[in-house]
Amino acid sequence: MKKIINLALIAAIIAAIPFAFNSCKPKNAGSAVSADAAQKTYVAPGKYDEFYNFVSGGFNGQMGIYGLPSGRLFKVIPIFSIDPENGYGINEETKPMLETSHGFVPWDDQHHLELSQTNGEVDGRWIFANANNTPRVARVDLKTFKTVEIIELPNSAGNHSSPFITQNTEYVVAGTRFSVPADDQNGDVPINTYKENFQGTLSFIGVDKETGAMDVSFQLRAPGVNYDLSHAGKGKSGDWFFFSCYNSEQAHTLLEVNASQKDKDFILAVNWKKAEELIKAGQGTKSKVRYAHNVYDEKTHTAKSEIRTEVPVLDIRKIKDIAYFIPCPKSPHGCDVDPTGEYIVGSGKLAALIPVFSFDKIQKAIADKAFDGEFDGIPVIKYEAALHGEVEKPGLGPLHTEFDGNGNAITSFFVSSELVRWNIKDLKIIDRVPTYYSVGHLCIPGGDTKKPWGKYVIAYNKITKDRYLPTGPELTQSAQLYDITGDKMQLLLDFPTIGEPHYAQACPADLIMKNSQKIYKIEENSNPYVTKSEAETKVVREGNKVHVYMTAIRSHLAPDNIEGIRVGDEVYFHVTNLEQDWDIPHGFAVKGANTAELLIMPGETCTLKWTPDRVGVLPYYCTDFCSALHQEMQGYVRVSPAGSNVPLKWGIGSTAPGGTPTGAAADKDAAPKADSAKK
Amino acid sequence: MATNSKKISGLSRTLLSLAAILLAASIFVPLWYIDLDAPQYPEGLRLLIYPNKLAGDVEIINGLNHYIGMQTLHEENFIEFTVLPYIIGFFAFLALLAALIGNKKFLYFLLVLFIIFGIVAMYDFWKWEYDYGHNLDPNAAIKVPGMAYQPPLLGFKQLLNFGAYSFPHTGGWMFIGSGVLMLLASIKEWTKKKA
Repeated sequence: MKKIINLALIAAIIAAIPFAFNSCKPKNAGSAVSADAAQKTYVAPGKYDEFYNFVSGGFNGQMGIYGLPSGRLFKVIPIFSIDPENGYGINEETKPMLETSHGFVPWDDQHHLELSQTNGEVDGRWIFANANNTPRVARVDLKTFKTVEIIELPNSAGNHSSPFITQNTEYVVAGTRFSVPADDQNGDVPINTYKENFQGTLSFIGVDKETGAMDVSFQLRAPGVNYDLSHAGKGKSGDWFFFSCYNSEQAHTLLEVNASQKDKDFILAVNWKKAEELIKAGQGTKSKVRYAHNVYDEKTHTAKSEIRTEVPVLDIRKIKDIAYFIPCPKSPHGCDVDPTGEYIVGSGKLAALIPVFSFDKIQKAIADKAFDGEFDGIPVIKYEAALHGEVEKPGLGPLHTEFDGNGNAITSFFVSSELVRWNIKDLKIIDRVPTYYSVGHLCIPGGDTKKPWGKYVIAYNKITKDRYLPTGPELTQSAQLYDITGDKMQLLLDFPTIGEPHYAQACPADLIMKNSQKIYKIEENSNPYVTKSEAETKVVREGNKVHVYMTAIRSHLAPDNIEGIRVGDEVYFHVTNLEQDWDIPHGFAVKGANTAELLIMPGETCTLKWTPDRVGVLPYYCTDFCSALHQEMQGYVRVSPAGSNVPLKWGIGSTAPGGTPTGAAADKDAAPKADSAKK
Repeated sequence: MATNSKKISGLSRTLLSLAAILLAASIFVPLWYIDLDAPQYPEGLRLLIYPNKLAGDVEIINGLNHYIGMQTLHEENFIEFTVLPYIIGFFAFLALLAALIGNKKFLYFLLVLFIIFGIVAMYDFWKWEYDYGHNLDPNAAIKVPGMAYQPPLLGFKQLLNFGAYSFPHTGGWMFIGSGVLMLLASIKEWTKKKA
């Protein structure tokens, strides 16, 4: 009997174990959100957010613009990817933006963003974006929120440590995550000759102070390792640039293992000011290369692409006193400089500590020649000589660090999935908070500048799993907003993001919104195919090319009847939106177009190419619900067989081919009678 | 004293000079404005009426007018924009003249003439508002039986989805102010005579 009772007891205990363990499970995230979170993120209808948040789109090649603290998505700007929604990279005007030395490249992997700065502070003029796959850097104008310039980078592969900028936007840098044989060398070499033949390249793209125009001013040829991330110095370290490097093992296969062997890799410190002087003194060699430079003109609304063929190169392995390696534990990723410019934080992805380097100590070590030999011709500063100190046991897998402007740093931890706040001076940990899940980059508004607005930190997570309603195997990506004004970081909000968010930038809204353009002035439109009034609308045949000079205004497209088009013609619809009123875009689509649509802003001209493949009457129409009579905003084009002699005619209302007066208001300004004898 | 009683006081001369300055200055600023608000235009549209021109969102308003068949506004269709600056300038000259010669009768004459001009000007304004509001294109897309789109002469009126506000602008207040100054001078001189 006793035995039975004992057995029952044991059974009961065993049965209770799962429940006991269950109650030990950490509380879920729902309970991690405090009661006033909703109030802190609620932006009432019609009210504006306090900050703009520009978030990289990763593998969608675009950039998302969100408001903080609401997390609302305002706009997606196509940069390195075509966008059928507005015709970017598809219409005739913007196709040249995606030209490269490889031809037209309609996609890229967009990782990092950097807002332009003046005196180390965000000035809100432009935002720069990198393309990792086919190395390019783009500039987006924050008046029009359009991609206005893209420059390709020669001698490069894996443009990852980019587009970080100097404190007065003198240069945007682009460092190669993948070392490769340079473009000006013979690239047909065995892959296992990495050590002899592979080069790293650090490009310095000069930015015009007034116009923002970019130019690859010079490149530094560097040892063949992986240049991962970077940041410019600021204040006293303003003449320097810092790049994290991994794969100092110089592995070319199974990097997962082979590039994780050494206890320490490097941070490369480069005196860019000295490099600039050497280039100005003519010390660079001219590298014969091919790279595209694409510029969108905001007056002609048209992009031009040109191929450039030369870039000055300095080999930092041969020139002394401009570059130094600083040992940094375990494949460093983030390389972040605090607001004073004194502290450089290296985040070893596999390290169990965070080293913080001192700029003053680095300078002293260089002066004292406190070196530990060389790596591929570059002096290696002694670790201890450069070190300010280490943050002990911060977490697992440190990736990136941003600064709150109050002497603290916040570092993201991928493996332990958390944000950790620590004091830069005494290196003590202040607070930690979980992320859901596996945070990559993080962002504090102005958090990598001299002047952070330390109100929020945003975590950009790599995994969302159970955080949102499921959408099949492919789940949304996500950001999380934390209030950092108190002693404890407080989770406020989850919000989904487009593509895969990597680095992001944020700044107070008033820096940007006051400059935001409402319309394009029609009198300033110098597109070669602009039509400035309905009286000037026309259709012109040049061989098998037909140019339609069309206007759009509420609520008609002029001309809206076109005859005399033939199968095999290449028809170019040059549509000018005559509106001069805020928020009145018109769209344009035509049946069977193998391109996309046009989305034309007030005062803008866009061109859609259409190759009719069959005989018939095909409609075209406005795709943007512009007005009460939007549904009436349509037209017909008659397509006749190839070689047909149906005369070219066009018009609207009483001027339409064979048209009868309708008394429509449009009549008065409508196009003159079509003239089929023209051709 | 008899000759003096025909002359106006120094204060009245000052008031008249001020009226002259206000009138002269009013030529260069907007006289009147009509604000239009609609759900689609939370920021509002504004039509500014200067003595010599139209300004503000004229093109946008013209663009919208065709839906209801309203005529488009063009400065060249109004003789007013040519003559108005001269008329106002002429009144400024008369006010200055009144201050200089200081004759009471001339002052009263000026006041009466100015009030008549004010009434005629407002009637003219009302007339073109009436014309624009009623004289509609029969082929307009939007036709609301019995609906006219005459903006208010002064104050607020709802016109379909648009709320219209019509009020004097800087120049209008200067114009009214100069009239008040002439009136004050006249009252002062009139009451002095009685005394």
